[in-house]
Amino acid sequence: MHTPSTSPSTIAGKNLSGQPVKQRLKITGFALPADVQQRLLEMGLTVGTECSVVRYAPLGDPMEIKVRGYFLSLRKAEAEGIQVEELPV
Amino acid sequence: METTVAPAHQTVRMVAIAGNPNSGKSTLFNALTGLRQKVGNYPGVTVEKKTGRFHGSHGESLELLDLPGTYSLQTRSPDEAVARDVLLGRRTDTPQPDVILCVVDATNLERNLYLVAQLAELGLPLVVALSMVDLAERNGLAINPAVLSERLGCPVVPCIASQRKGLVELKQAIARQLDGIAPNRAPLPPALEEAARTFGEALAREKNLDPRFALAEALLLLTSSIDPAETGLSANLRPMLEYARRVVDESGLQRVSTAINARYAWVQQITCAASTARSGDGATISDRLDGWLTHRIFGWVFFLAVMIVMFFTIFRVAEIPMGWIESGQHLLGGWLTAHIPAGDFQDLIVSGIVAGVGGVVIFLPQILMLFFFIGLLEDTGYMARAAFIIDRFMNSVGLHGKSFVPMLSSFACAIPGIMAARTIDSPKDRLVTILVAPLVSCSARLPVYTLMIAVLLPVGFSAWHKAGIMLAMYLFSMFAAFGMAWVFRKTLFKGERSLLLLEMPPYRRPSVRVTLVRMWERAGLFLRRAGTVILSISILIWALSTYPKPSNPQATPSEALAVSTAGKLGHAIEPLIKPLGYDWKIGVGILSSFAAREVFVGTMSVIYSIENGEENTPALREVMLAEKHPDGSPVYTPLVCVGLMVFYVLAMQCLSTVAVVRRETNSWKWPLFQIGYMSVLAWLGAFLVFQVGRLLGWS
Repeated sequence: MHTPSTSPSTIAGKNLSGQPVKQRLKITGFALPADVQQRLLEMGLTVGTECSVVRYAPLGDPMEIKVRGYFLSLRKAEAEGIQVEELPV
Repeated sequence: METTVAPAHQTVRMVAIAGNPNSGKSTLFNALTGLRQKVGNYPGVTVEKKTGRFHGSHGESLELLDLPGTYSLQTRSPDEAVARDVLLGRRTDTPQPDVILCVVDATNLERNLYLVAQLAELGLPLVVALSMVDLAERNGLAINPAVLSERLGCPVVPCIASQRKGLVELKQAIARQLDGIAPNRAPLPPALEEAARTFGEALAREKNLDPRFALAEALLLLTSSIDPAETGLSANLRPMLEYARRVVDESGLQRVSTAINARYAWVQQITCAASTARSGDGATISDRLDGWLTHRIFGWVFFLAVMIVMFFTIFRVAEIPMGWIESGQHLLGGWLTAHIPAGDFQDLIVSGIVAGVGGVVIFLPQILMLFFFIGLLEDTGYMARAAFIIDRFMNSVGLHGKSFVPMLSSFACAIPGIMAARTIDSPKDRLVTILVAPLVSCSARLPVYTLMIAVLLPVGFSAWHKAGIMLAMYLFSMFAAFGMAWVFRKTLFKGERSLLLLEMPPYRRPSVRVTLVRMWERAGLFLRRAGTVILSISILIWALSTYPKPSNPQATPSEALAVSTAGKLGHAIEPLIKPLGYDWKIGVGILSSFAAREVFVGTMSVIYSIENGEENTPALREVMLAEKHPDGSPVYTPLVCVGLMVFYVLAMQCLSTVAVVRRETNSWKWPLFQIGYMSVLAWLGAFLVFQVGRLLGWS
């Protein structure tokens, strides 16, 4: 039904995965299957929302982000489909 | 199914309590109802249904229905579907509530108010209980309930449920809202609103719905990513939904995201107006704790410590009450033997029913302890951190961060392990976990390993050798479980995305009361549901190994078993197990232990006429070592012994597990599949050990 987005590198701009801890970021778009995108949106990751990486798990994946005042962890596979831009500190 | 229940017909008005996971919903539910609560299941699904009674502000009795915790009404899991269906009045077994009580975590206002925005669209009167206001204040966040109430268009009551603060005001607000009006809604783009209205009218006509709820349902269907064919709509309505979706798409709106964005925009405005901006973003206690508990080194140390304590308790401490249950069962059996005249009836009661029920009740200490720990892990917030730490590893073998606790518990017993899989919210990940959990070497396999290792190793080998073989079996079982999880991910659930979206709630002090209440609920569910299945099958297996009776009344138990149906079945399956190096006697052992693995040892004792076989391994060992095939070659060669252990690692051989999987997956399909794949695997494993071993020249 959905085409998995395995090659986010082809999309222009940065994605959430691998962003440095504490960097302020703004969500600019998604490259994810519709159902995954819907879940992320409902958890508050709407376009224009500010977020920041809090930490990466000891094994490097998943990652924890702060968004809308709460903490959410997600895998890098999904984070790669979340496009972001850096905000000045 | 389509008719909504008119409130006038109900003798007791109903309040449904909704909220995000971790919002303090359970604490409020318990504070309102005390212990006057009932737990059951919604018919047809495995979702727990919890209801309780409480007295309203005028002393009237009100029913409180605890809905599953959910972030949104767009359904992904069965839990969320139940919450949505109850609220829309779609379930015949549960009347539509008169009022929704939504618990909103004050420390996490925006995301919690998102659910309120969705609930508001249902058109039912609403009351908002603002929980954890004390925590919010400590974090430097002040919320003005009056402003919040005015903007939302419904009462907002701050409470601290654990201290019973705000409960009186809450009850008053509920009483006012019993015949209240719908709250305000987030304004949606006109094109979406219009399309929802048109489609809602069609829904109302076609399904004979109240127009209010039809509009809510229309909006949910319109803005969902579910394929129209999977919505369960009639052939008439499906094209209408497709048309409505197209209209929205053509208006240039992104169908799925538009409504969500609009709700969040509305919520953000309300939050800004009703709460003062947080005073700085200083690190909270939770933040600092997380620095340690998810630390690259210390995080693992703590993780291992928690898991070892939990495992030790389930594995070792639970043995003490399990011993009591066992002696209680022996005492009862002895008493019954003394008081019921000898014969078939006595045998049925003692060997069939008491032993069968005992076999179920014996698991109770482990289940209680596991759920006590899981309750603590969930309530303190550590469960999310444990999943965070281990997810990378679990994901690489096709499992989920939250599969870890169920898998670990399965070393003690697969039953609590499978029940613990309820904490995994993604249905596919939960199913894979349930499917492989019984492969993990549980404590019921220990008697079989112990016996086979004793037969395998001549006297003189040290305890280290025995422990080494035992360890090898445990490692092999882990390899099998992870391997099969990987295979299932690549085949049965190929292409299905495993998703981890895990809220990391702040660390909280757990409520012992809530944990204990939940522990008893789980135990009760297990006893009621699994107990009936196990009891009936225990009686069946007893009958199979008792009838027909030998013609000679002086026959020994061993001779009696040989002529019984079970004995005949053992002979019948001999061709099937011959390639594994087994004779019909081992066949009877395997068949009789289909209900529970440890029965194997008892059956072998009966077959070889050993008194007190379970306590007398040395004697049984001698007889088994002396056992010869008709051609004079020994039966229990090292290859047969190792093969049997491998067989017991891989085979399902546990009816309690079958019953629990049936209960947890709500169908016979998965437990039957599990019996099938595990039996095939067990046969293949034993076959490979025996045949390859022989080819290599080992005997």
